[in-house]
Amino acid sequence: MSAAPVPVALNTFREAVRDRVLYNLIFFALLMMGAAILVGQISIGIDRLVILNLGLSAISIIGLVMAVFIGVGLVSKEMEKRTLYSLLARPIRRWQFLLGKYAGLVLTLAVNTLFMTLGLAAALFYVGRPFVRSDGLVLVAVYFILLELALVTALALFFSCFSSPMLSTLFTLGIYLTGCFASDIRTFGEFTKNPAIKTFTRVLYYLVPNFHNFNVIAAAAHGSRIPLSLVGNNTLYATFYVALLLVSASAVFSARNLK
Amino acid sequence: MSRSGQSRSRWIALVAVPLLFGSIAGVQTRIDSEVGSLSQQKDDLLLRSPSAIQKMSLGYDSLLADIYWTRAVQYYGGRFTTKGATFPLLWPLLDITTTLDPHLLIAYRFGAVFLSESGTAGAGRPDLAVELVKRGIAANPDEWRLNMDLGFLYYWRLKDYQSSASAYLDGSNKPNAPPWMKVMAARVAQKGGSLETSRMIWSEIYESNKDPKVREHALATLRGLKAAEDENALDQLANEYQKRFGRYPAAIGELRSAGLLAAIPVDPDGYPYVLLPDGKAALDPKSSVVIPEEIKSPPTPGHSSERGAH
Amino acid sequence: MSAPAIEILGLTKDYPIGFWPKRARRSLDALTLEVEEGEIFGFLGPNGAGKTTTLKLLTGLIFPTSGTARVRGRSIDDIEMHREIGYLPEQPYFYDYLTARELLDYYARVSHYSSGDRRERVSRLLERVGLSSAADVQLRKYSKGMLQRVGIAQAILAEPQVVLLDEPMSGLDPVGRYEVRDIILELQKQGRTVFFSTHILSDAEMLCDRVAVLVGGKLQGVGAPSEIVSLEVHAMDILFELRPGQDLPPGLRENVTRIGGRCRLEVPETELYPTLDKLRGLQARILSVSPVRPTLEDYFLRLVGSDRAVSRGVEVPFR
Repeated sequence: MSAAPVPVALNTFREAVRDRVLYNLIFFALLMMGAAILVGQISIGIDRLVILNLGLSAISIIGLVMAVFIGVGLVSKEMEKRTLYSLLARPIRRWQFLLGKYAGLVLTLAVNTLFMTLGLAAALFYVGRPFVRSDGLVLVAVYFILLELALVTALALFFSCFSSPMLSTLFTLGIYLTGCFASDIRTFGEFTKNPAIKTFTRVLYYLVPNFHNFNVIAAAAHGSRIPLSLVGNNTLYATFYVALLLVSASAVFSARNLK
Repeated sequence: MSRSGQSRSRWIALVAVPLLFGSIAGVQTRIDSEVGSLSQQKDDLLLRSPSAIQKMSLGYDSLLADIYWTRAVQYYGGRFTTKGATFPLLWPLLDITTTLDPHLLIAYRFGAVFLSESGTAGAGRPDLAVELVKRGIAANPDEWRLNMDLGFLYYWRLKDYQSSASAYLDGSNKPNAPPWMKVMAARVAQKGGSLETSRMIWSEIYESNKDPKVREHALATLRGLKAAEDENALDQLANEYQKRFGRYPAAIGELRSAGLLAAIPVDPDGYPYVLLPDGKAALDPKSSVVIPEEIKSPPTPGHSSERGAH
Repeated sequence: MSAPAIEILGLTKDYPIGFWPKRARRSLDALTLEVEEGEIFGFLGPNGAGKTTTLKLLTGLIFPTSGTARVRGRSIDDIEMHREIGYLPEQPYFYDYLTARELLDYYARVSHYSSGDRRERVSRLLERVGLSSAADVQLRKYSKGMLQRVGIAQAILAEPQVVLLDEPMSGLDPVGRYEVRDIILELQKQGRTVFFSTHILSDAEMLCDRVAVLVGGKLQGVGAPSEIVSLEVHAMDILFELRPGQDLPPGLRENVTRIGGRCRLEVPETELYPTLDKLRGLQARILSVSPVRPTLEDYFLRLVGSDRAVSRGVEVPFR
């Protein structure tokens, strides 16, 4: 019984593949190739910087788009298409289904990100830079991007359990943007004189998922130090938040009457 | 799922959710405490190209400008308290802010003061400050306050009294410009470098600026200027004493007993002035008043001043 | 006397409608029913009667407002109960990017069969429902009939003791329907219980040990098909030919229907012999005498016809 999420996860992955979702990799490859060639023409010493910045940002954005647009349909699509009926009549608990869908999408994103990272490495290679020690930081940046995507996916899945794809997209993106600017919002709050707003922005800061924690693209591009403790803390943060969202999603979904 | 499964999920959620939120807040606090320097670096590359940011902002320029402005203020305020602080990122932050929103006056005005300020209170780049304010004037041709700032910069930091006067003059012709702008133009042209002129200029900066940091700084400078004036007066009295008694007074009290002073003068911080052996007045070392560097600098040719002249 | 395969006790389902004031539509009203082990049980009723609602309640897709049910002794609350059942939803939809084989394999994994076992089981099943040739074609290319067969296959995949089928014959041509009937009978032979809902009354009559009739969310009657229709009055149907030139006497003329050269006359059972005597007197040629078997359809139509309002569902104030 405990292994029930596994076939669900693998099937979700299979669905993404058959939906030709992975074709985005072609777009990414073209982008990287274009950038590498362009930048190779202008040698002003920042070629590596541009490729890393562009590549990591693209990995992040493409991943984000995938996480949101597939994520919001994870549950709602199955409910709408009624494919869920024959599945849930079987000895599988609802939370196991949710976990399987979640893991399947995260797996898809991880595979996608892996290929994109390889593409990035290839572009760097083409530009003629040997791999330096600080490239390890790029892997850290990619890991953080994955953590970010895992969080966004959990968000999208949560909304998918009770709202339509369009609304879920709005909610998920809304929370994502708020999370990106969470520290700025808090700073705004601190500058006001109004204690109510101050408290509100502070509470919001701790409530909303703080995506800025995960953004180390600039540091990786520059080869500057990233503290090891951040790796641990970010992993913990993402784990706790994902757990929170999955537990909530499970509570909501377990009570839903299927149409 | 089953009904009992439902309520079990709900119970788990009820217990787990607050716990998890608590843990999340805890981890976040840990991250915040360790990541101070990282967030500065985060801006590093982007800062070098304001036009790139503008293109990426998808039209939400002024919103982004506000965000960058907030960061600039936070950046300054955060470093201000550290000893020996420098502000290398202040210019880029203000550059981006004003590129994104050329009408954000407060950014120009802030930059005029703190970009140019030397020592530990500013970035020490009056040239960049002038460039910033000139851009501001170009984008906001009706804003007389920016001319005032430009005039201030030429006068105070660069000691270019001609340019300062013409800045004030230009400003005086702009809508709603107060009459003293013309007066200031004349004064600066005539008596550039005088303490009184300086005091007038800094007073206007204090009056016309809303930013609390700028006002605080203006006040401190004004106090320093007052102290300089007082010291000059005391020097005169000490010279007088010397002429009468053949030596410089040993302490301020002697000036009083000699009838030259009615009471012991105190500096704007409340500490009495002290007298140095060579007859020059000075601030009590415990006083927080600081005499601005600019008036201690050697006189430029063509203008008389010795610690400021009247 | 073994425990019933399915026990339903006072199962009720209300659907909230409107926001303010909160009202509810009662789509199932205190259904109480028992299905014996090894029975083929038919669940009849017009659209909106609550048949699908009942099946969804049994399979845990929706939750009852009140009442309980048990399948082979396990409450519908219990996830382990799902091991005992197989379910064919009404108008089944499956992942259209999978092939039939892949779909069945997927479901088999969810029900935890090891891989060797799975492959063989799936192949056997595909054979049984006549889909071997199309097994590796994506489901999006399947016709309705083929999808229905996939549906039945996945319902009996885990060899459940109780098979719940919602309109199993829908979308099938006569051959398909024959095959499904065959499968149902085979399931019974294997000792399983089959509970299916249908519109097609003749199928119910032919297959079912017992039937239940549901109208407007309320149970109207349960029993063997013959028991239910035996509530009706029996009549006799006489088919005869008149001698050329012969005419019917006034007493009979009004009730006779002429079909070609033949006449058909329906009389109450008690009138049979006197009528036959009359016809003998006319020297009519008797072609056949048979009982008018009232069908389930008559019973049905009468129920539904008289109760149109009820069949639409009753509005119940929300508690």
